[in-house]
Amino acid sequence: MSDPSSINGGSVVAMTGKDCVAIACDLRLGMQSITVSNDFPKIFNYDNAYLGLTGLATDVTTLSEVFRYKVNLYDLREERKIEPETFANLVASTLYEKRFGPYFVGPIVAGINSKTGRPFICGFDLIGCLTYAKDFVVAGTANDQLFGMCESLWEPNLEPEDLFETISQALMNAQDRDALSGCGALVYVITKDKVVKRMLKTRQD
Amino acid sequence: MDIVLGITTKDAVLIATSMAAVRGVSILKTDDDKTRIVAPHTLIAFTGEAGDTVQFAEYAQANIQLHGMRNEVELSTSAISSFIRSELANSLRSRKPYQVNLLVAGYDVTESMPKLYYVDYLAAKAEVPYTAHGYAAFYVSSLLDRWHRRDISMEEGIKIMNMCIAELRTRLPIDFKGIQVKAVDKDGIRTLDL
Repeated sequence: MSDPSSINGGSVVAMTGKDCVAIACDLRLGMQSITVSNDFPKIFNYDNAYLGLTGLATDVTTLSEVFRYKVNLYDLREERKIEPETFANLVASTLYEKRFGPYFVGPIVAGINSKTGRPFICGFDLIGCLTYAKDFVVAGTANDQLFGMCESLWEPNLEPEDLFETISQALMNAQDRDALSGCGALVYVITKDKVVKRMLKTRQD
Repeated sequence: MDIVLGITTKDAVLIATSMAAVRGVSILKTDDDKTRIVAPHTLIAFTGEAGDTVQFAEYAQANIQLHGMRNEVELSTSAISSFIRSELANSLRSRKPYQVNLLVAGYDVTESMPKLYYVDYLAAKAEVPYTAHGYAAFYVSSLLDRWHRRDISMEEGIKIMNMCIAELRTRLPIDFKGIQVKAVDKDGIRTLDL
C-alpha cells in the first residue's frame, strides 16, 4: 500500500476536433493486482461539462458527488447551465482547498461552450493546477502510454467520426500496455447538438 | 485470513463467511458471525481490524434501523451501500480511520433484483455480480469468472459456492473452522445449510 494514485488503476484521455471534443476512459477498478470490477466508469457529466477522474477510486466517487452538489447549487443560483471553462475553475479551486491533504486524483475536463461553440479541454494535477491544451490531455496509470499514442495519432481538425476512431485507438493501445488499466472502455464524442456514448470491445485482461 | 464472499443469482444473493475468530495464535470461537442484518432485505458482511469491524458494522446497523423507524420505509440496498461508503469516506481522513472491508448484499424490492456491493476500507464502492475480500479473492475469482452467469438459479449458485469453499479448504493454509452461508431474497434473510 504505497502510492494512492496507482492502487485502483485507470486512465482517461480527451481530445479536440473540428467543433467537437471526445473524452474516453477505461472501466477497470482494481485493488493492486486483483480486478474488482470491469464496470467502473470514470467519466461524469454536469450540464455541458464532462469530467474524467482517475486515481484513488474513493476520491473519484467522493469528488463526483461533491461536483454534482456544487453544480446543482450553481444551476439554482445562476439559473443557467455551467460552462466547461467555469466548471474547470470550480474543479481547480475545489482541489486547492485540500492543498495539504489532497484528493489523490487526476482530473480532466472536456466540453463545448454552449454560447461560443468552442471546444474546450484541460487537465489538472491533484492540487488543482490547470493546464489548458489545444490538442489532447491524458491522465491515469497509462499516462505515459497515452502521451505516446496521442502524440502520434492526433492531428488537428478531425471530424467527429474520425476523432472517435483516433481517441479509441489511442486509449485501447495505451491501456493494453498498462497492467492496471483496461477491462473495457467508454468513449463520449461531444458535438454542439448531441453526445454519442460508445462502449468499445477490448481485451478483458 | 477471514473469508467473506458473495455471489448473486437470479433471485437472491448468497453470502459466505468463515466461522473462526482468531486472535494471535489462538482460535477464540468457531461460530463467529461476521454479518449483521441492517434492514429486512439487506445484509452486511465484514472483515478487517479487530474491534473496528463490529463497531462500524453495528454503528451502520443502528443508523439504518433508526432511519427505517423514523421514516416508516425500508432503505434500498443501493442507498444503504452509499450511506456505508460515505461513513467510511469521512472516517478515512480522520485521526484514526476504520479499517473495515465489507460486502453489502440485498434484495431491492422496488426493482425486484438482487444486489451485491463491494466496499473496501478506503471507501471504494462497486456493484458486482460476485466478489470476495482478502486472500479468498485470489482463489475464488477465477472459479467465479468461469462458472457464474447472471441468471443462475439458487441451486446452481449453491453448487458454485461449494466449489469455492472446496478450493479455499484445499489452498488456504489455515483452518477457518467452516463457512456460514446466508441467502438474501424477496422473502428476507435466512441461513442456509450447505
